[in-house]
Amino acid sequence: MGSGAPGRSPSQINIVITGVGGQGNVTAGIVMGEAARLAGLNVVMSEIHGLAQRGGVVSVDLRIGDVHGPIIPRGHVDLVLGFEALESLRALDRAGPGATVIMSTERIMPLSVNVGEARYPDIEALKSRAASQGVRIYEIDAPAIALAAGSRLSSNMVMVGAAHGAGFLPVRMEHIVEALKLHFRGSLLEINARAVEMGSEEMRRRVGGPRGRP
Amino acid sequence: MPDYGRLLRAGEGEAMFLLGNEAVARGLLEAGVGFAATYPGTPSSEVGEVLNEIAEEAGMYFEFSVNEKVALEGAAAASFSGVRSFAFMKHVGLNVASDAFISLGYTGVRAGLVVMSADDPSMYSSQNEQDNRHYAELAWAPLVEPSNPQEAKDFLVWAFDLSERRGTPVLFRTTTRVSHMRGIVRAGPRRPSSSRGSFARDPWRFSLLPAVARRLKGELMRRYGDLRMEAESSPLNRVLGSGSEVGAITSGAAYNSLMDALQLLGLEMDVLKLGMSNPFPEGLVAGFLEGHRTVFVVEELDPFLEVRTRALAQMRGLGVRIVGKMDGHFPLGYEYTPDVVAEAVASALGMRPPSPGLVELGEELPPRPPVMCPGCPHRATYYAVALALRQLKMRSVVFANDIGCYGMGFYKPFEMGDVTLCMGSSIGTANGFSQVTDQPVIAFIGDSTFFHAGLPALVNAVHNNRRMLVVVMDNGTTAMTGFEPPPNAQYGAGGRRLSPISIEEVARAIGAKYVRVVDPYDLRGTLSAIKEALGSDGVSVIVARRECALLRDAELRRRGERIPVYEVDQDKCAGCLNCVQDFSCPSFRVVEGGLVEIDPSLCDGCGVCAQRLVCPPAAIGESREGRERWGPGRRVGARARST
Repeated sequence: MGSGAPGRSPSQINIVITGVGGQGNVTAGIVMGEAARLAGLNVVMSEIHGLAQRGGVVSVDLRIGDVHGPIIPRGHVDLVLGFEALESLRALDRAGPGATVIMSTERIMPLSVNVGEARYPDIEALKSRAASQGVRIYEIDAPAIALAAGSRLSSNMVMVGAAHGAGFLPVRMEHIVEALKLHFRGSLLEINARAVEMGSEEMRRRVGGPRGRP
Repeated sequence: MPDYGRLLRAGEGEAMFLLGNEAVARGLLEAGVGFAATYPGTPSSEVGEVLNEIAEEAGMYFEFSVNEKVALEGAAAASFSGVRSFAFMKHVGLNVASDAFISLGYTGVRAGLVVMSADDPSMYSSQNEQDNRHYAELAWAPLVEPSNPQEAKDFLVWAFDLSERRGTPVLFRTTTRVSHMRGIVRAGPRRPSSSRGSFARDPWRFSLLPAVARRLKGELMRRYGDLRMEAESSPLNRVLGSGSEVGAITSGAAYNSLMDALQLLGLEMDVLKLGMSNPFPEGLVAGFLEGHRTVFVVEELDPFLEVRTRALAQMRGLGVRIVGKMDGHFPLGYEYTPDVVAEAVASALGMRPPSPGLVELGEELPPRPPVMCPGCPHRATYYAVALALRQLKMRSVVFANDIGCYGMGFYKPFEMGDVTLCMGSSIGTANGFSQVTDQPVIAFIGDSTFFHAGLPALVNAVHNNRRMLVVVMDNGTTAMTGFEPPPNAQYGAGGRRLSPISIEEVARAIGAKYVRVVDPYDLRGTLSAIKEALGSDGVSVIVARRECALLRDAELRRRGERIPVYEVDQDKCAGCLNCVQDFSCPSFRVVEGGLVEIDPSLCDGCGVCAQRLVCPPAAIGESREGRERWGPGRRVGARARST
C-alpha cells in the first residue's frame, strides 16, 4: 500500500475525511477503520468537531498501516475524502502535490456566504489550480448515487465506497460489509451496503479498471 | 449507531475499533466499578454518553451530577463505603472539584477511586489549556497518562488496582488526542462489580479537622514514599529501543507525535515512555539519563517532566544534555503534532527540518465558524434582547456570558458576549460590573450552567442588592456536550425518573424581585418581559424556556411526524434583509435581486422569522410541503435523548 510518492512512507495510508456537522463523516471513518481492522491492518483515527452541534467543520484523520498517532503530518495526506466541496478544498492546505481528492458535489453555504458577507469560492477555479499542482481530483454526485441506493442519507457510505474503489482502502468488500453489520441492521444495513458497492463501482470506473489506485 | 452494547458484550480478547473515551468506559467494566459520576465536558463527554446507555445493565450506578465537585464527593463516599468509584470531567472541571480532590489525598480511599481529567491542548473546545498534571502533585496523588485507546483501558484497570493497593486516589489524565483518538482495543476480562456498599465509621480518618489533618499529613508523606516505589517498578513505565546516544522521555499524546516525528526524520532513538509520571520515577529516569548523551523531554503544555528531569540531573551531578521547553527548543503552548516535534528535534540536532511542499490555492476561503442551529431558541432570545435594548435606547450595556451553546451569542449578529471566564461566571462577573459601574448589566446563562455554578452567584447578587438582568437560556438540556440532562430535567442517566428542580421557583426563593418565564418563540411576549425586567430595580430573572431544537426534531422523528417548513413569498419580500442581518438563521439565503429565500433542507420550522418583529412585510409563512427531514440513522438525532 501507500502512494509511492517521494518522501512518503510506503507503508501507510493517510486519509482526511472532511465535511460539515451532520453529514456523517465520523461514521464513515468508523466504518473504514473497522473494515481495516477486520482486514488485519493497524488503524487509528482522530475526530475534531468544533463547538457547534451542527453547521461547523468536522474533520477526521484516518491513518492505516505503520503509524503511531492519529494526526497526519503536513504534506502526507494521500486522500482527501470530502463530503462538501469547499471543505474538500480547504483540507488541501495540509496536503502535498501527490494527494488525491475525492469530493462530493454537495455544497453547503457557510453563514457568512448566506448573509452576503463572503462569497462561496469558485470551486472549478480552485480545482484547476490544485490540479495544476499535481493534485488528482474526482468529483462524484454522492447524494444522487445514495438516492439510487435507497436513501440520500447514505451519501457518506457512497464516499466510503469511493475511497475503496480508488484503492485507498486496501480491504475486501466483505470487510466493509462486516464493518457495516457492527453498526447497522435491517433495511439500513442493506441500503448502506448498496451505497458502498455503488460508490466503489463509480470510482473503479472513473480511475480506469485495474490501474486502480491512482 | 453507535451500538454501545458491544462494549458490554465483548468477550475477553475481542478486538474493537474504539474511541479513547469508549475504551475508558470498557475499562470501568473490566475494573468492576460500581459508582460513576460526571458533569459533562468535552473532551470527556463520550464516557458519559456510553455509561448513560449501558451502566444499568452493567450493574453500575451512574449519574450526571450538578457539578464536578459533587460528582467527586459522591464518588469519594462510594469508595469510603467499599464501592469502586470513578469521577470524570474535562480539565477545568477539576478546578471545581479540586477542593475535594486535594483533601482526598489526606483521607485516602478504601475501594479504588480514580479521577479522570481530560485536558484540551490547543483548546478545541475549552476556555484555557491548563496542564492538570500539576493537580497530581498538589494532591500528592499518583498520575497515570495513557497514549492511546488500548492504554486508556488497560492503564485505567491498573490505576484502580493501584488505588486500592495503596489507599490513594489516582489522577487519570487524558488529552483531546487520546480521548478523541480511535484505535484497535482488545478487551480484557470483566470483573464483577457491586454498586452497594456499607460505611464503617472512622472519623479520625475521614473528618479533616485540623487535628486529624495534621496527623494524616504524616501518613500521606509515608504513602508517597511507597508510591515512589510503585512508579519505579510500574509496568506503565518502559524503555523502548536498543541503545542510542540520543534518547527521549515522553508521556501521553506527545509519545505518539514523537514516534511519528522520528519516522519523518528517519531517526531512531531510545524512548522512556512514562505511563505513571507522578511520583516521578527518579531511579528509572536517572538510569536513562546516565545511558545517553542527549535526552529530549517531549511533553505537551507545561515542562512538568522536564523540571523534574533537570532537577534530578543537577542532584545527581549528571552531565547529560537535556533538551526541552526550558532551553527554547520546544514550544510551551498548544498541542504537539508530529510536525511540531520533528521541527524541534531537528533544530536541536542541527538537522534540516522536514519541509513538505504544500498545495497553494492562493485564495482565502470563507470560514465556517460555529453557529446556533436553525430553530435554536437561543437565537430568538438574543433577538428579543437586541430589540428591547434598541427600543429602550439602552447603550453601554455589559453582556456577561457563560459556557454553553448560547455562548455563540458572542458572534454576529448579536455580539452579546463581552466577558466569559468559566462556568457560572456570567452572574459572578455581573455582581462586580453592577457594583463598580453605572452600566446596565445582562447575564446570559444556560439551565445546566445555572445549576452548576450560577446559583451561589445569584445568591450573592440578591444578598448584596445588585441590579442586573439574568436571562436563563433554558433549553432543557446540556446540548453542547451531547444532550445530558440537567437538574431541571425529569429524567436522568439511563432514563431514570428524577425530581426536576424549577429554576423560577429557585430564583423566587432566593429573593429575585422580578421573575418571569417566557417562550422565546413568542417574540412579542419575550420582548415585553425583557423590557419590563430592564426597567425593574434589583435582580431580575427571565427564564427563556423552549426545548432544544435538535431534541424536538428527534422527538418528531420518533413519532413519525413531519417538521414544518417556512418559505418566503417573493412577491411580498421587500428585500429589507432584516431577517438575514439581524436574525441570521442559517437557513436564509440572499438570492438574485436582493430578496431572501429559505433553504427547505435547513429550515427547522420554528416559525420565529414569520413574526412581524423579524419580517415587517409578513412575507414568510408556513409551506404546505413540510418534509421528512430525518431518515433513520441520522447521527445528531440518534444522539439526542428526551430529557
